[in-house]
Amino acid sequence: MATTGAEVPRVYGGAAGWISILIPVAIFAWLTQFLEPVAAGETVLLGVDWVPSMDIRLSLMIDGLSLTFALLISGIGALVTLYSTQYLGRHPEYPRFVLFLMLFMLGMLGLVLADNLIALFVFWEITTISSYLLIGFDSDSAKSRRSALQALLLTATGGLALLAGMIMLGAVAGSFELSVILGMGDEIRAHPLYLPILILFLAGAFTKSAQFPFHFWLPNAMAAPTPVSAYLHSATMVKAGVFLLARMNPALGGTEPWFWALVIAGGFTTVFASLLAVRQTDIKQVLAYTTLMALGALTLFIGAGTSDAIKAAMVFLVVHSLYKAALFLMIGLVDHETGTREVEELHGLARKMPVTFVAGALAAISMAGIPPLIGFIGKEFLYKAGLALDTAQLWVTGTIFAASVLMFVAAGISVARPFLGRLPDRLAGTHEGPAAMWIGPLTLGALGLVFGLSSDLAETWLVAPATWAVYGAETKVDLYLFREVNAAFLLSLATFAAGLVLYAAHRRLRAGMARAIEISPIRFDPAWDRLLDGLKALAAWQTGILQSGVLQRYMVTILATLAAAVAVTLWAQDALAPIEPGLAAQLAGLQLTHYAILGFICAGALLAAYTSSRMTAVAALGVVGVGVALIFIMFSAPDVAITQLLVETLTIVLVAVAMLKLPTLSLRTEARRPWHAALSVAVGGLVTLVLVGVLQGGLDRRLTDYFEAASWPEAYGRNIVNVILVDFRALDTFGEIAVVVIAALAAFALLRGTRTPRAGQEEGE
Amino acid sequence: MMNSVILNAATRLLVSLLVLFSIYMLLRGHNLPGGGFIGGLTGATGFVLYAIAHGTEATRAALRVEPQNIAMIGLGVALAAGVSAAIFGDAFFTGQWLFLGATEDDKGLPLSSVLVFDIGVYLVVFGSILTLVLALEEEV
Repeated sequence: MATTGAEVPRVYGGAAGWISILIPVAIFAWLTQFLEPVAAGETVLLGVDWVPSMDIRLSLMIDGLSLTFALLISGIGALVTLYSTQYLGRHPEYPRFVLFLMLFMLGMLGLVLADNLIALFVFWEITTISSYLLIGFDSDSAKSRRSALQALLLTATGGLALLAGMIMLGAVAGSFELSVILGMGDEIRAHPLYLPILILFLAGAFTKSAQFPFHFWLPNAMAAPTPVSAYLHSATMVKAGVFLLARMNPALGGTEPWFWALVIAGGFTTVFASLLAVRQTDIKQVLAYTTLMALGALTLFIGAGTSDAIKAAMVFLVVHSLYKAALFLMIGLVDHETGTREVEELHGLARKMPVTFVAGALAAISMAGIPPLIGFIGKEFLYKAGLALDTAQLWVTGTIFAASVLMFVAAGISVARPFLGRLPDRLAGTHEGPAAMWIGPLTLGALGLVFGLSSDLAETWLVAPATWAVYGAETKVDLYLFREVNAAFLLSLATFAAGLVLYAAHRRLRAGMARAIEISPIRFDPAWDRLLDGLKALAAWQTGILQSGVLQRYMVTILATLAAAVAVTLWAQDALAPIEPGLAAQLAGLQLTHYAILGFICAGALLAAYTSSRMTAVAALGVVGVGVALIFIMFSAPDVAITQLLVETLTIVLVAVAMLKLPTLSLRTEARRPWHAALSVAVGGLVTLVLVGVLQGGLDRRLTDYFEAASWPEAYGRNIVNVILVDFRALDTFGEIAVVVIAALAAFALLRGTRTPRAGQEEGE
Repeated sequence: MMNSVILNAATRLLVSLLVLFSIYMLLRGHNLPGGGFIGGLTGATGFVLYAIAHGTEATRAALRVEPQNIAMIGLGVALAAGVSAAIFGDAFFTGQWLFLGATEDDKGLPLSSVLVFDIGVYLVVFGSILTLVLALEEEV
């Protein structure tokens, strides 16, 4: 049995592995056909009528921005899934992993390609949920579960804010189609609801892209398997927030609040995150914090909003996706082969793992911004755009300079430290990883070199169309490696110099950072725990008050609320005066038989209220029920009367069965009885008044007339009640009987659930 | 379970009468007071009586099918009656009728998906009530 148990997942893993690679490859291939029209400045709109009667369409918008994102998602997706076949292929839950990863990928593709705000939101939430499942993939670990829940709660809260913002935006623009909304920027920005919409959109984008002060979930999310970190938490999902900002730029961007919110949050996150990156000793954590830095930089430059800034952001987007995914995959491979990611334990791996080293080095050189890789171009354009700003020039350029220096150091820590130097004896047995695992990082690293050397490729097909889409107009995009010595180039040289100095001293820098963090009073993770604990305490407190578990209290609460609400409404609307004559007329119309039944019911009710025997009380209530059934018969509603009688009978049987378990009515309850009786009379009296009032208003008989007329010719039935139940309103009835079954099964499960331990006791006796 | 000779003897007769009556109520429901809901309640009352007189084990044996299964089968029957309309190209839950032996003056024997739906309602109510009552009696 044990051997079959081990073999079955491997077989499934193989099939799942192939499927997981083929899907992104097929999508990538499909997307390449749009490169040419999009590079020519076209926006391709695709759509399928989904529910035409309700005007719901599944519509896709392929422009420069969405195509760039979609190509990165499917391309990196193919490499990451290939990598996963080796990294997790023998894991017993591998097919589940593939399912979550594919769910995420399709969600992310939908998010970037959607032409409809509501569709975008649905895909946005799919990425949130699949991210939760993937971070918590190692579900036996409490740390994984906590990190997953933290990410889910933060990003889903932001998602709710985003939904509210989208609904408001849709109402303002009169359409949920993005292609319409993006063309209405001036009207939206002038609308009084602009500021609330902006705040809600920023809440969604900042939580998703982990901008300060919502940054702390992202490093924790590294509890996920490495391919997930590489894919979701660096190259794709966390960029969804940035994507949203870029996508909405033509509609929401260009205002003062937009500028300052993005520039301040982005700039602060950039510096803060790159400082923390240098503090880490786990290389995966170093990369996690540099990802935060990149997201901050993207936010900063989208906020700055000039055509140069947007262009710089789009170059940096491509640059970062390539090198960061490569670095994550590299460190996963090192971890796979050596069993550690601690920077102090890894040295001199270059000779043992040459291919991994080349891949990692290409990515790290790009990250450090050294020519001739595309990372250099990315950094140059960031500097140039920062220097050319009219406002906040010093802030933007300063933060990006500080971040670039620290990025240089982080690149050194992530690749130079583990691969160069003397190989410790402990790692002497290390060997190169399997091809499936180095193809991904090597391809991505090499692409950084190719795009750097022939920058026209990236410019024509990706960066230029994306910049046009975000900026809202066609501008000149010209990428180049080097043309002249200018301020940006000098800043680059200063970056390298400062970076080299700091890298030489990075151990002291790390110790200093650790001390600074030690004395800092603000701790985000413990604060988050306190927030959750407070929330749980609040929930427990209010549940303790509202949910007493005593049926009597629930009844009193419900009936008292009903009575108070009806009484206040009657009084406030001054509705009593017109009811009075109606009540008199109704009383005058009563006949002897009516009085007899009334007396019958009242006698039953009084007996139920006064008796001290539970059995008598139940029987007395039965009398009341029969009296009500008699009223139904008298006013010709035989179906209702029969049902009432049968339900009364069954209720008595059920209560009689339960009777054995119930205590006798105690004297303690006696003091409450007058109050309960008063409440009952009040509720009964108020309901009577309302009913008399309703009768005075004259009933709308249109429905009754329709059913009376249509029942026989259309539904071949003379019993209107039944015809309505099983034909005209059959769907409602179906819902009701489904509820009946669910209630019966739930009660059955509850009763059986309490029975099992007792059955065990009986066996023991 | 009560050990009463009178109740035991009377129950045997009453149960069959109640079940027969419940089917009568179900079938006449479309034109006269009755229908699946009332029929199901009546039929369930019969078996509740049986359970009081002979105990739940005997009742489960007499039912042959577990009551919760009866309820779920009923839900399935009702759903099938609704979906059947789609086969004829109509919207969900459109009534489908067949008049056997219909002549100019007489509609003959009407058979319909509406009746099937009502049988589903009958089974749901019948099964759900018995699920509850039998479980309660066994538990308490």
